[in-house]
Amino acid sequence: MDPECSRLLPALCTVLADPRQPVADDTCLEKLLDWFKTISEAGSSLLLLQENPCLVELLFQVLRPQDLSARVLSFSLRLAGIFAAQEDCFQYLQQGELLPGLFGEAGPVGQAAWTAPTVRSGWIQGLRSLVQHPSALHFLADCGALDTVFSLQGDSSLFVASAAGQLLAHILGLSMRGPAEGLPSLQAPDWPACAQKIVGHLEESLRSTAPPQVTQALNVLTTTFGHCHSPWTRVLWERLGPLVACLLEEDPLPAAHSLVDLLLSVARSPVLSSDCGLWETLAQTLRHLSPTQAGPLALGILKLQDCPQALRAQAFGVLLQPLACVLKAADQAPGPPGLLEGITGDSVTVDTLLSSKSACAGLLCRTLAHLELLQPLPQRPSPWPQAPLLGAAVTILRFCNGSAAPASDVGGRLCALLAGCVRVQRAALDFLGTLSQETGPQELVTQVFSVLLEHLRSPDSSATVLKKAFQATLRWLLSSPKTPGCCDLDPHTQLFLRELLPVVQKRLCSPCWEVRDSGLEFLTQVTRHWGGQAGFRHVLLTSEVPELAEQLLRDPESYVRASAVTAMGQLSSQGLHATAASPEHPGGQQKSLLVELLRILSEDSEGFPRRAVMQVFTQWLRDGHADVTEDTERFVARVLQAASRDLDWEVRAQGLELALVFLAQTLGQPGSHCPYAVAPPQATLRSPPAQALQALCRVRLFEFAFRALFDCDRPVAQKSCDLLLFLRARTVPHSGPQEAGGSPDVVSVEAALQRWRAGEQGPPLGDLEPETVLAVLRSMDLEGLRGALAESSDHVEESPQSLLQDVLAAVGVLGENQADCY
Amino acid sequence: MKLYCLSGHPTLPCNVLKFKSTTVMLDCGLDMTSTLNFLPLPLVQSPRLSNLPGWSLKDGNAFLDKELKECSGHVFVDSVPEFCLPETELIDLSTVDVILISNYHCMMALPYITEHTGFTGMVYATEPTVQIGRLLMEELVNFIERVPKAQSASLWKNKDIQRLLPSPLKDAVEVSTWRRCYTMQEVNSALSKIQLVGYSQKIELFGAVQVTPLSSGYALGSSNWIIQSHYEKVSYVSGSSLLTTHPQPMDQASLKNSDVLILTGLTQIPTANPDGMVGEFCSNLALTVRNGGNVLVPCYPSGVIYDLLECLYQYIDSAGLSNIPFYFISPVANSSLEFSQIFAEWLCHNKQTKVYLPEPPFPHAELIQTNKLKHYPSIHGDFSNDFRQPCVVFTGHPSLRFGDVVHFMELWGKSSLNTVIFTEPDFSYLEALAPYQPLAMKCIYCPIDTRLNFIQVSKLLKEVQPLHVVCPEQYTQPPPAQSHRMDLMIDCQPPAMSYRRAEVLALPFKRRYEKIEIMPELADSLVPMEIKPGISLATVSAVLHTKDNKHVLQPPPRPAPPTSGKKRKRASDDIPDCQVLKPLLSGSIPVEQFVQTLEKHGFSDIKVEDTAKGHIVLLQEAETLIQIEEDSTHIICDNDEMLRVRLRDLVLKFLQKF
Repeated sequence: MDPECSRLLPALCTVLADPRQPVADDTCLEKLLDWFKTISEAGSSLLLLQENPCLVELLFQVLRPQDLSARVLSFSLRLAGIFAAQEDCFQYLQQGELLPGLFGEAGPVGQAAWTAPTVRSGWIQGLRSLVQHPSALHFLADCGALDTVFSLQGDSSLFVASAAGQLLAHILGLSMRGPAEGLPSLQAPDWPACAQKIVGHLEESLRSTAPPQVTQALNVLTTTFGHCHSPWTRVLWERLGPLVACLLEEDPLPAAHSLVDLLLSVARSPVLSSDCGLWETLAQTLRHLSPTQAGPLALGILKLQDCPQALRAQAFGVLLQPLACVLKAADQAPGPPGLLEGITGDSVTVDTLLSSKSACAGLLCRTLAHLELLQPLPQRPSPWPQAPLLGAAVTILRFCNGSAAPASDVGGRLCALLAGCVRVQRAALDFLGTLSQETGPQELVTQVFSVLLEHLRSPDSSATVLKKAFQATLRWLLSSPKTPGCCDLDPHTQLFLRELLPVVQKRLCSPCWEVRDSGLEFLTQVTRHWGGQAGFRHVLLTSEVPELAEQLLRDPESYVRASAVTAMGQLSSQGLHATAASPEHPGGQQKSLLVELLRILSEDSEGFPRRAVMQVFTQWLRDGHADVTEDTERFVARVLQAASRDLDWEVRAQGLELALVFLAQTLGQPGSHCPYAVAPPQATLRSPPAQALQALCRVRLFEFAFRALFDCDRPVAQKSCDLLLFLRARTVPHSGPQEAGGSPDVVSVEAALQRWRAGEQGPPLGDLEPETVLAVLRSMDLEGLRGALAESSDHVEESPQSLLQDVLAAVGVLGENQADCY
Repeated sequence: MKLYCLSGHPTLPCNVLKFKSTTVMLDCGLDMTSTLNFLPLPLVQSPRLSNLPGWSLKDGNAFLDKELKECSGHVFVDSVPEFCLPETELIDLSTVDVILISNYHCMMALPYITEHTGFTGMVYATEPTVQIGRLLMEELVNFIERVPKAQSASLWKNKDIQRLLPSPLKDAVEVSTWRRCYTMQEVNSALSKIQLVGYSQKIELFGAVQVTPLSSGYALGSSNWIIQSHYEKVSYVSGSSLLTTHPQPMDQASLKNSDVLILTGLTQIPTANPDGMVGEFCSNLALTVRNGGNVLVPCYPSGVIYDLLECLYQYIDSAGLSNIPFYFISPVANSSLEFSQIFAEWLCHNKQTKVYLPEPPFPHAELIQTNKLKHYPSIHGDFSNDFRQPCVVFTGHPSLRFGDVVHFMELWGKSSLNTVIFTEPDFSYLEALAPYQPLAMKCIYCPIDTRLNFIQVSKLLKEVQPLHVVCPEQYTQPPPAQSHRMDLMIDCQPPAMSYRRAEVLALPFKRRYEKIEIMPELADSLVPMEIKPGISLATVSAVLHTKDNKHVLQPPPRPAPPTSGKKRKRASDDIPDCQVLKPLLSGSIPVEQFVQTLEKHGFSDIKVEDTAKGHIVLLQEAETLIQIEEDSTHIICDNDEMLRVRLRDLVLKFLQKF
């Protein structure tokens, strides 16, 4: 601890121990605890206490009967725990009988302060820190704290209750660490007393008829099996497993969620998963749980690496059951050789589906989400029933939009429950998108595209459903097979695109901005991937979509303008801009797009469109976009000028990104440009650095970078620093001796830099000579600056010293604020 | 309590409720779908329409070719359009005491009822309903009267001939009752019978029932009605909306605890969500105009048009349509736009607050100010000078059979650049377009119906929990075209009672109670006796006086002092005789104690039998039985009056008298 902090500490302790002093807020106390924790982790707590006796004094103060505030009491308990985590320090505190006073029966337990949840929480957390060594276990046994922990499991505060459960698991683990390690056969009766007591308590709880107690016991066990994989856990499971299995015979099943968590935690444990009885219990549980509760267990089982095939099949069956019901309700054969074939809609599942709108939507959404998680996993069931799943997703969507023909009463009811259910629509569209990773029978794929088109077309699709429909459509489009031997799109896709584009067109005219935005995002993505496909280009150019997208550059909603900028940038990059193809005006419209984007960059009142423009420009420069290469220097100069004035730091940072690309291109950084891009003129590549520097000077890149170096937003300054370091590394070896050092130009630039550093604006630098720039670069301590910038901007304010001062200042001990007080 | 159903149209209802001693007509909607069978009335001579070939029977008989014309395979009546009136034979309409109007669309048959049936009662409606209803009627009369048609076809209505006609004429119902449009004079006379009411105002009908209009949220001044007596409550829900549009929100709470809820006027397009349709409307409008095409919106002069203009107000700038002119053409366009701005108290909260700023509640005022929206009474006159294309035209009538819309259909129908967008749900757009075929212009169907859908109805019914629901039969089964959509029908317990045109329903509840007042001096004279803790009884002897459906108990006349014979005689004429009443008994007979008492009084050989309803005490010796039940006691003995009286007195000992 630095001396200044040591000097302030006694005052702090006095303030904290004085019930008359208003205590600093909780955040300060939390920060103090974090600080003490860091100190004790780094060194000896004993030494710390010996050097700062005021800390022990503070802890003793707590023992005295006085009206200490609940948060200071809680703070002290946690602080004592942190110190006592080290065994020597624990002994030291024990000598003073401090610990029994704090955590034993004589402590706050049972006193008035105990009613405050924060005190109980402090007590638990203090113990949690403290229990790290065997002495602590003896202490626990002696002071009777375990019983208190047991009772706190049912605390009214959820935080306290959960912490109590975790503490029990921790104590159990610790108490078993010594004797059980290396002794896998150690039987339960030989366990340490502490462990015996906890296990006894767990047994009692598991036998209890009160569901909360059962839940508590299950949670403790879940934590134990989840964190500890020592051999003794096998003995524990052998002892408690039968009790857990007994729970399955109860109806209704108590604490189903916790039971699922426990069983999965046990099954994941490497020590236990070879246990056959466990698989039997899991199978039994799957049968007992309601369809809604069984889903998470089934998913968990399917995620396990080594689990019997029969159980996996059963679990997969549980997951698929709701979908089988849906398919059956629509009289759809699950389709050979799908897994769903054997699964007939179990009546319990049907009852759950039909019980209410929310139950139906809940079960279907959860099922779809589980299958979505399962799909990409390597251990997913094989064969994967792609076709029936596709069929089910399509049928669910059809039930939702009312176009499915129900085959039975169940179907009729499902239709009524699901009609217009946005939640299920969203989940099903997400799921459908996931299924695009693999294909299916052509007939089904056609159905997929047609149901997607129905959703995109329907005026009833809500904005969020439309967004999902666009996303799913994109995924299916991109996964659609290419015609063999031909790089163009297959005829089905071509046909679909022809129907899709008018829909996109209409959506771009929607009065709802979210819809226009999703439409533009879709356009951007699909163009990015297919801009080069002749089929796509043809369909797109014969539609009005590019013109509509351009019109949206002037949309009243800034998000839409930003998306329009990105979309237009993409279209233009691919030569798909509205009239780009017209032979009379080659590039005429393109220019106007550049002008329009520059206008947005300099005039738009919102940040998003301007950021989007900068991204498009950077990409254009990187790709060697025709408009840019026409006069790259002029383009860069205009963009940098606009970006330097921008109030949005992200725009300025993106300006530096663009500058970096230009820099790399100008200095001939290998691999800096896209292989497909039009290569920068060879002359630039070969030109000596001095000439390249001339170009950088002409676009005023240095002024932009120097100003950014002192930007009030740290990321901008960091980026600029990196850019200048890169520049110096590339240029300084090529330049001659420091011929320009001390010249009047250099002096004036350095003076300007000083002003900027001080936060003043100052006039522009004007035209700079490369020599001047190099001299300035050489003289700057860029590494030092980078180091300073790397530290967080509030590193001064965050220091412990500052924290102590803040706490003291808040109560006026430092006297600085006295003038303000009357 | 009976309900006479005079209209089969679920959204244009006309029902008569007989409740207590009153006869109340609930709405008088006019079914105008009949006009779809007629040829359009062109404002400007249309060579196409006038040159349509006459229709002849299969055997070549052409005697109907003057009345019926053929167009693209459909047959139309070439005559002044006629409307299908509510049933007039089911009940004598002159006996109707009052007519309650729920919204301006549901009063279009009013002149037929008030002017031609001997109706002498009163009509109740809110002010906006009357004013906008007047505009709708005025527009209708104007549309039809300004294109006079010499011919009135009637031959085809002959039942024997109608049978031979192709569909849909063959299947048209009640054609003999179809009538031509009323005149402005009849409109004025009908409207003069209306009494204006405000929301939640209580109106007494002959002291028997009270009627109250409640906001229904569907249109300016639209109402649901509560018809209630002291112990019965009937709610009439017609054309209600829970969406946030321009009118005051729907008052649901007051509908609670109804014995019967009559539910009409739900959305006609339950699968179309109004928000989605507005989006569709805007997108299609923008796409058409961008391509240089014109947009035609057939509409009523009031209602959804206000909301559409408001949406467009927000939308046109974003869609780059600022320079496109919007025209609103109707004989009542000006009045409609202005009326909407002055009914502040009938508007939703947002719009009401604008009035205090002060700003016009609807943004169409600004559209007019900035010349983006222009309105004209007709295509003649100023409009032809200002007309600029591409443009958007809002005009009537949505049936496409009369009004300025006919002209635009003829003008724009040939170009595929133009689009007609149907927003009113009242007419099938395919049938409306039939006489314009073949048609090149695009047709978009975006019906915007803000009235309750079945999900909202189900929530509403759960909320207000009426004992019985009565509704048109169409609502009790899924729509014929979507028979699998079980969600598109009313689902409630007990199942809703349904009605169809010309049916009389006996409503399923009996009136049990009537409120009676007691005069203070009579109440004063009562001496209640507590028979159980908290329950006191008193006998009342009084004269029941009934006048104007109010019942009052008055003190009985004192026995008049014996005066001159003449006077006394007169008094006894007026006042009913007051007989001395036997005291009333209360309490129950404890069988064991009763038997003990009997034994004490010398009866022996007593046997007690338990029965389902009580006990039988058998006095075997005396051959007598005493049947004791919860609400009666019988002494059955064989002609021994002495014994009976003895036993009776013993029974009475256990009972209280008062």
